[in-house]
Amino acid sequence: MLTEEEKEEIRKSLKDVVHKREAVSDALKVVQRHRGWISGELPEVAEMLGMSPAEVDSIATFYSLIFRRPVGKHVILLCDSFCCWIMGYREVFEHLSTRLGVGFGETTEDGQFTLLPVCCIGACGVAPAMMVDEELYGDLTPEKIDSILEDYK
Amino acid sequence: MTAGTERKPLTGAFRADGAAPTLGEYRKAGGYEGLRRALKEMKPGEVTKEVLASGLRGRGGAGFPTGKKWSFMPMGEKARHPKYYTCNADEMEPGSFKDRVLMEGNPHLLIEGMAIASYALEASTAVIFLRWAYHAARKRLERAIAEAYDGNFLGENIMGTDFSLRLHVHSSAGRYMCGEEATMMTALEGRRPFPRAKPPHLSVCGLWGKSTVNNNVETICNVPHIVKNGAAWYKGLSRTKEGGTKLYTMAGRVQRPGAWELPMGTTMRELLEEHAGGMREGYRFRAAIPGGASTEFVLKGHLDTKMDFDSMPESGSRLGTGTVVVLDDRTCPIGTTWSLMDFFSRESCGWCTPCREGLPWIARILEAIERGEGEPGDMDILREHCRDLGSGRTFCFLAPGAMEPLRSALRYFEDDFMRHIREKRCTYGRAGL
Repeated sequence: MLTEEEKEEIRKSLKDVVHKREAVSDALKVVQRHRGWISGELPEVAEMLGMSPAEVDSIATFYSLIFRRPVGKHVILLCDSFCCWIMGYREVFEHLSTRLGVGFGETTEDGQFTLLPVCCIGACGVAPAMMVDEELYGDLTPEKIDSILEDYK
Repeated sequence: MTAGTERKPLTGAFRADGAAPTLGEYRKAGGYEGLRRALKEMKPGEVTKEVLASGLRGRGGAGFPTGKKWSFMPMGEKARHPKYYTCNADEMEPGSFKDRVLMEGNPHLLIEGMAIASYALEASTAVIFLRWAYHAARKRLERAIAEAYDGNFLGENIMGTDFSLRLHVHSSAGRYMCGEEATMMTALEGRRPFPRAKPPHLSVCGLWGKSTVNNNVETICNVPHIVKNGAAWYKGLSRTKEGGTKLYTMAGRVQRPGAWELPMGTTMRELLEEHAGGMREGYRFRAAIPGGASTEFVLKGHLDTKMDFDSMPESGSRLGTGTVVVLDDRTCPIGTTWSLMDFFSRESCGWCTPCREGLPWIARILEAIERGEGEPGDMDILREHCRDLGSGRTFCFLAPGAMEPLRSALRYFEDDFMRHIREKRCTYGRAGL
């Protein structure tokens, strides 16, 4: 069941749109912000936007940043575009993966971090780069990664 | 016009500390004067004529003349209303980050450009379609939009005229496919974002079935200055017959990666040697992708080609977004190409068969070659894909765009491909594996 708070936030996202369904990705992001991922809320979201649950499902399964499985407390998006690749993405990935003990699409045992790949994060000037939640980090090195992860513990 | 924006209209009003200028600061630098001139002194058609005369070409990669695109919009009382204007701020093409720089550096410039364009096109609602990952840009845009409403540069009866405009930000949820303009309309309509058949053209049947024009962030940011200072001034900024400046960027193993606003037609050599400070110690220039992931590689011999839409084809490539990524001599070109194709394969929407089936096949072959498991016949299969996924064979331009770097990689790095296959290993130190 959606909480009143979630419903209110979804209603707020309808403020500027031309038709309610424009806000579907925003509505899913509201639920995701509260619960980490989208599980059984599709029918309720659909009803609020005048859509069918299947339509909302077709949106939720299309976008790479709408999660259909549980994620950790923090989501790490590691850019694997060719620019970061050239600048040492592989070493960065290996360090992160070893340090966290997980591969792409996996969550650490303590539930702190989920590691996901992302295409070009728009930080090519400071490649290799990653995002943790909404924070962008560039010029990554193993040492820098260690200190960033410490801040999120 | 202030000294800062005289030669650098896009970035001249950026603050030294990297923060976005407030409305007051923006106006002090001449901001919203272009909108004032458009609304008070020009008819909508005259604005379009000025933009057409300036020679402004779309900075999203395709380079289509902006004024011409605007001229397709049905105008006047006989046109169906409401009409919409959208800004493509999705920017998910690997190698590109120029639009983020502009939105974070001066959000009011984009808002003013959108207001002027909406006036020229008689649009009553405008939407910025923003990529989800650009959180800082979203916050700055939302603040600037609120300021613009308060200052009556958006909203009802702007500056006391009959023109009213609603503008909002639509934050996407992460798919490259949404950067294709017809797909963007589908995404905005809350549908699964697949491309649409054209015709009908968006100017006839776009967002919500209504007449719509869509432009890229950088394109729109040029508009206020063109309207304020005139087409002749704008043309004079360029080194070639294409008007204006260009926000070029350079990344890779160069001394100072970054973004620079320079006259249109600046060469890649100048970008590399003067602005990026040359290659990093111990690295040499091998090749470059000049304008986002869907443009062909260029080589050292092409460094003196002028970087504008008309000149770049001399190098066998395209200007695209003008965002250069340099490949050095110590990085494996096969691994780099694999990374490129892996991206396109992941981001295919799966709507049409050649793209859905072909791109993963290409990515798997390149991965095998890079891992030392390539077969002699692989080169032929890759070349066949370049044809079968080429222009006109697929529903939209995602796969043909992907074939541009692949085609040039097969041509320029053939020795590397063959050595990988022959020696059954990656021959570079940093193999990416």
